[in-house]
Amino acid sequence: MNDEDRMQRLARQFIEAIPYSKALSITLDEIGEGAAVLSMPYDPALVGDPQTGVIHGGAVSALMDTCGGAAVMAHPSGPMATATMDLRIDYMRAATPGQRITARAECYHITRSVAFVRAVALDEDTDRPVATASGAFTVEHSRPARKDEARLNIDMQTDTQKGGK
Amino acid sequence: MMPRSRPEPMQIVKQRRDTALATLVGGVPFVGFLGIRFDRRGDELTALLPFAETLIGNPALPALHGGVTAAFLEVAAIIELSWSILWEDIENGRPLDASMTPPALPRTIDFTVDYLRSGLPRDAYARARVVRSGRRYASVHVEAWQDNRDRLFAQATGHFMMPARDT
Repeated sequence: MNDEDRMQRLARQFIEAIPYSKALSITLDEIGEGAAVLSMPYDPALVGDPQTGVIHGGAVSALMDTCGGAAVMAHPSGPMATATMDLRIDYMRAATPGQRITARAECYHITRSVAFVRAVALDEDTDRPVATASGAFTVEHSRPARKDEARLNIDMQTDTQKGGK
Repeated sequence: MMPRSRPEPMQIVKQRRDTALATLVGGVPFVGFLGIRFDRRGDELTALLPFAETLIGNPALPALHGGVTAAFLEVAAIIELSWSILWEDIENGRPLDASMTPPALPRTIDFTVDYLRSGLPRDAYARARVVRSGRRYASVHVEAWQDNRDRLFAQATGHFMMPARDT
């Protein structure tokens, strides 16, 4: 097994072990340098508007947030952990009921402490995005945690409490 | 209307308001999926998210998933906005109950979450405020906290398309 396969397998295990990702049946489909593709099946339990059967925006947020975090973790600079600082989601149209939603995120810029991410969510009609997102994530470097324990959503506070800034 | 009719008994008023709120909230499957409930004091709503293990996003800390926080805030904002639209009808004795077609909900245009600190593995609360509500669009701000009202763990602003009114 080559390194890329190993990384992909670790990333998949990591994402799919997050309790809330599990609750939404989120899967990791692709991971590359500073980029990730995650998807989520349609589930009637996630409906936000019973009149239309459309998935609630809040479920799409979780997919976008997890995907953004995965893209940061997959950046070649090797962050040890990350947490969402802010995330803006624009909803272009309602996702078609019954269809799987796929998110693609890209970490397009990273500094020592902040990672900038953009993402898009698609259903089966891949020409018309369902939603786009942009966000800022924290970057944690020197954590005692082992690499395979890299953590998402670490407390921003611990960073400021160290008195560095 | 009769001149100076006696005010309705409080229990009737309360029951009508509570039924309307339960109908509004109970109609959204995703609200039940997250386990979100609403407390009402007069027209003021507080959203409550009871902690559950399935809401964890970081098992090592542990902390709530950012997507849970975002969803909780968005639900609180949408219900508050719908409630503010329905309130006048409810007060004018046009009740909302489960026998009726559920009300059309506002649609999210955009939603921006500001994560201030990590969500702890315990209950969370949120209150939303309709900052501007026009004929077509509304802007809603929402704040969430856990133990201490003054220590917000997240806040958000969203823009919404107002539902078409059938009157």
